[in-house]
Formats: sequence, C-alpha cells, structure tokens
Amino acid sequence: MTQSRLELRLMLLILSAVFAFLYIPISVLFALSFNEGGLPTAWTGFSTKWYGELLRNDDILGAARNTLVVALVSTAVATVLGTLLAIGVEIRRRKGRVLETVIFAPMIIPDIVLAIALLSMFSLIGVRMGLQTIIVSHVVFNLAFVCAVVRARLRNFDWSIVEASADLGASALTTLRRVIVPALLPAIIAGALLAFTLSVDEFIIAFFTAGAGRSSITLPMQIFAMIRFGVTPEINALATIVMSVSFIALALAQRVNRGALPGQ
Amino acid sequence: MTAPQPLLSIRNLGKSFGGFAALEDVSLDIRENEFFALLGPSGSGKTTLLRVLAGFEEPSAGSLTLEGRDIARVPPNRRPVNLMFQSYALFPHMTVERNIAYGLEMERLPRAEIRQRVGELLEIIQLSHLAGRKPDQLSGGQKQRVALARALARRPRLLLLDEPLGALDKKLRGEMQLELKKLQHEFGITFIVVTHDQEEALVMSDRIAILRDGRLVQCAAPRDVYEHPADRFAADFIGVMNFFPSNFHGGALVARNGSRLQTDTPPRSDGAAVLAAVRPERLHLDPSAGENRLDGVVEATAYHGLDLQLRLKTALSDTPVVVRLTADAASAHPLSEGDPVTLYWAAANTRVFPA
Repeated sequence: MTQSRLELRLMLLILSAVFAFLYIPISVLFALSFNEGGLPTAWTGFSTKWYGELLRNDDILGAARNTLVVALVSTAVATVLGTLLAIGVEIRRRKGRVLETVIFAPMIIPDIVLAIALLSMFSLIGVRMGLQTIIVSHVVFNLAFVCAVVRARLRNFDWSIVEASADLGASALTTLRRVIVPALLPAIIAGALLAFTLSVDEFIIAFFTAGAGRSSITLPMQIFAMIRFGVTPEINALATIVMSVSFIALALAQRVNRGALPGQ
Repeated sequence: MTAPQPLLSIRNLGKSFGGFAALEDVSLDIRENEFFALLGPSGSGKTTLLRVLAGFEEPSAGSLTLEGRDIARVPPNRRPVNLMFQSYALFPHMTVERNIAYGLEMERLPRAEIRQRVGELLEIIQLSHLAGRKPDQLSGGQKQRVALARALARRPRLLLLDEPLGALDKKLRGEMQLELKKLQHEFGITFIVVTHDQEEALVMSDRIAILRDGRLVQCAAPRDVYEHPADRFAADFIGVMNFFPSNFHGGALVARNGSRLQTDTPPRSDGAAVLAAVRPERLHLDPSAGENRLDGVVEATAYHGLDLQLRLKTALSDTPVVVRLTADAASAHPLSEGDPVTLYWAAANTRVFPA
C-alpha cells in the first residue's frame, strides 16, 4: 500500500515536471504579451496595448491575411483530395496490397528537404513564385495528413453499408455523397482542422516557396523577420494569437474525431 | 395443371474465386411468393449464391433469369432484388426513418409518398415511436426490424435475407421466425433466406435447398427433406439420424450383426455396402410400432421437457443410437442407465443410403 502510494506520488511529480517543461515557456510568452512595459525583464502591469499595436501594423495584418488565404485554400483542396485518396487506397487495399508508404512520404520527409525539392521544381518548370506556390506546397503535406486521419477512420469502416446503398438503388457517386462521406465526416473535419493548424504555423516550406517581395509573406515569416531585431512585445502578442488559433483548431479536431488522430 | 413459370430461374450456376469453386453447377427454380431457404454449413456456398443473386458477385458460369429477363450481368442498383444484410448494414449517420426512406429516395418518388410508405412500414415493424433514433440507439431486435423494413420498402420482386435471425437470442428468434413468415405473406414478396440453422429452415420455409461444398444436394419441401433426405449428408445435417452399416444379401437388408432389417426401399445388388438409417423419434417401446427390432443398453438419458432422449449401446453400430421418447412413453416405462431396452420401428421408416 504505502509503496504504491509513494510510486503514485513520484509519478505525479514527474508528470508535473514534464508539463512544466512543456508549458512554462508558453506561459511566459502568454504573460509577457500582456506586460505593459514591454520588457521581458520586468513586469510593469497588465495591458492589452500590444494587441492594439498589432492591429495598427500593416505588415502584420498583411501577413495574417496571407496566412489565412494559404491555410484556407490549401486545407480545402487537401481535404477533398486527401479524403478521396484515403477512400481509393482503402478500396484498393481490400482487393490487394498497395504501397502505402508512398502516400505518407510527405509526412515523414524532413520539411527542409521537401522545401528544397519544391523550390527546385518550381524553378525548373518556371512558375512565378508567390502565394500560389505556397498554397500548392502546403497542399502536398496537408494531403498526406488528411489522408492519414481519414484512413485511420476507414480501418473500422463497415463496408456493408456501401453495398446496402447500391442494393437500395444508389449509383457509386450517390453512395459516395450520401453514405461514405457522411459516415466519415468526423474524420474529414478532424483532418481538415489538423491541416489548417499545420498550414497556419508552417515556416520553412513557405519561406522557400514564397518568392521575392513582401506580397507573399506569411505570419511565421513576418515573425521571423521581426525577431531579427529582438523579441518585441508585439511578437509575444502575435505568437499568443497564432498559438490560440492552433490550439483551438486541434482541440476541435480531437473532439469531432473522439481522439482518433493518428499516433494518439 | 401446368407448372407456372418460375419467378427466378438459376441454371448451371458456377462461381470461382481464383482456383476455388465456391459454387458449381447449381440449378434451382424459385416460385412466385415462395419462402425459400438456402441451407448449408459454413463454406457451403450459400452466402456466395445470395451475393450472386443480389449482384455483388458476377457468376463465372450459368445463367440467372428473373421473370424472363437475364440479370446475371445487371449491377445491384438496377435489380428488382433487395438484400437484408447479416450485419444489418444500417446507415449509422441516418435516423431509422431516413434509413427506411433511402431506397425510395433513390427511386425519386414524391416526398409525400415516401413519407406515407415509410410511415406504413414503421407501423408494421412497430417502431413508429423510434423513427427519430439513430441505429446505435437501437437493440439488436429493433435493428433487425429496421433492416427488414428498409429492404422491403422498394417492394422488390425478390427479397434476399442473409442469416436474418443470426444475431438474435434464442427466444426472440422463435418469435421472429413466425413474424418473418407473416410479413412475407402480407407483402406477397418472394423470400430467399440463407441460414445455417436447420431448425429455422424447417419452421419457416416452403422449400429448402441444401448446399454442400458449392453443390446442390437436395431441394424439396421441409417434410420431404426431413423424411426422405437425398443422401447421408442431408440426413445427418437436418435433424438427427441413426446409421447402421449394412449389406444387401439376396434382396434382403442385413445389419452387421446378421439381423435382417425391413425396409420399403427397393433392394440393391448383392453385397452392396449401404447405411440403413432411422430417425430417433421413429423408435418406439411398443412392439406394435413396426417390424424392426433393436436391442440395446441405456448409456445415458437426457430430459428435455417435451421428450426424453436416450443414448443406447447396440450391436448395430459403433456410435450410440439416439432415441427420443415422448414424455408419456417415458413415464410409462421408467428407464435409467444400464437398463436393457428393446425398441421397434416400421419398415416404412428405414432409409437406405450408399455407404
């Protein structure tokens, strides 16, 4: 009894230490974004003025708009393609094996490698780089993530409902629209939210494929540009907002999919 | 009286997967309004046959004719045939009502008519009060009824049912067997039911087809299948049968201990090795029951309420002989383990199969 209680206390201690390690830096960032004086060394009182400053900074607002465009468009495209890919792969797999690793490569390949590869390809085929190339690049890895989430759901999918739909007179397309997609909807939404969060704070690939000029700068790139002159209080505020958006989207994704994200 | 044209005609049907023949040379005629059972152990091809009829598998050989029209290559969504799935396959994201309406929506019927027909079906299956529930909020019996209503909604010419009662408990099964039969009668739809439960097939169906290893063994009315099984397999699969290894000698059937067995079946050539067979309920304690006599020793008794089952050790076979005595007969002659007993049966009840 006493020993197991001791063990339990020890485990709680370790758990707290790990959580502290994970969340203290974020808490510091969060707190400093409300620090009136703006200096990381001294707390001078609570204020939301740095958030106000953000709203008056056109560079930041422009970058935020770019990030939203990239995240929304790439998520929409990746969700449609990724879902269809997952369904197609599962149908093929039921008839014999397919090379699944190929599909998930963009998830596993280091971002820097993918970034260089995409940059080389865009240069080779002579595409003008800008937001459009960032969007295409984000679709590449988002598609793999959406596909992974939907496939996890398909593993215990009851395929007899697809046959039932055909038996009741539905064409293949009607079955996809009225039976398969609605039955997979929680996973599809979860995949989309995951893709959105990944896209919002993705830096390396966007940085490589944005091309020259200010017009295609995204939020992470903007933060990186600002941080070269030291951490300003606006950055703390901005980072807090980005983090909140990602956190909310991830929490939503988990809730709709009841925690069935890959690797969880 | 001329035989009416069958609703469904299955001719020399074959289906193989790779090198494995799941169905071989199956020919059957299904009549209008018939309650037809496909019976067989697992792996006998009965489910494959059902899937071929539904259109999920294409036959490798033979033809399928429904009301004079060849449907062998018609996809499932264009057949006037519906299937009730073993797993029920209800759409999990739709309510009971929407599940039943699905097939009618595919026919593009007017909304008012769909609503009316769904309402009628809900009443028939007595689930009107649960119309708004999702499948995972239903019990097994309720799901089964929704699946049936959904399959019936399109008023198919032919309804296929894959182990429709397989997932229900024993008591509910008994009720649903009669319920299914009643519904079939009310709707006037031909039913083909796949089952591995021989009792279920006997109770429900007008005719039974017994399949084994992808081949048709016998197709007949329940009574004929039970009383006159086509071969040893059918005899053993439906109900219980006692087998006695025997030979023909000069036109007489002789058991292995030398005793003569009386039978109505015409004799075979001399020396032919056969199996004589008799059902447990055909064996009686009363000598007036028949010409055949069997001496044995009681090995075990089992009380079943309606009847008493005995296992006898006899000279006629190595396996114990099973006897079913009615409660009356059993109480008139109390028997216990080790008691010698003599039983009688009529020549008309002796079956003979090739060994």
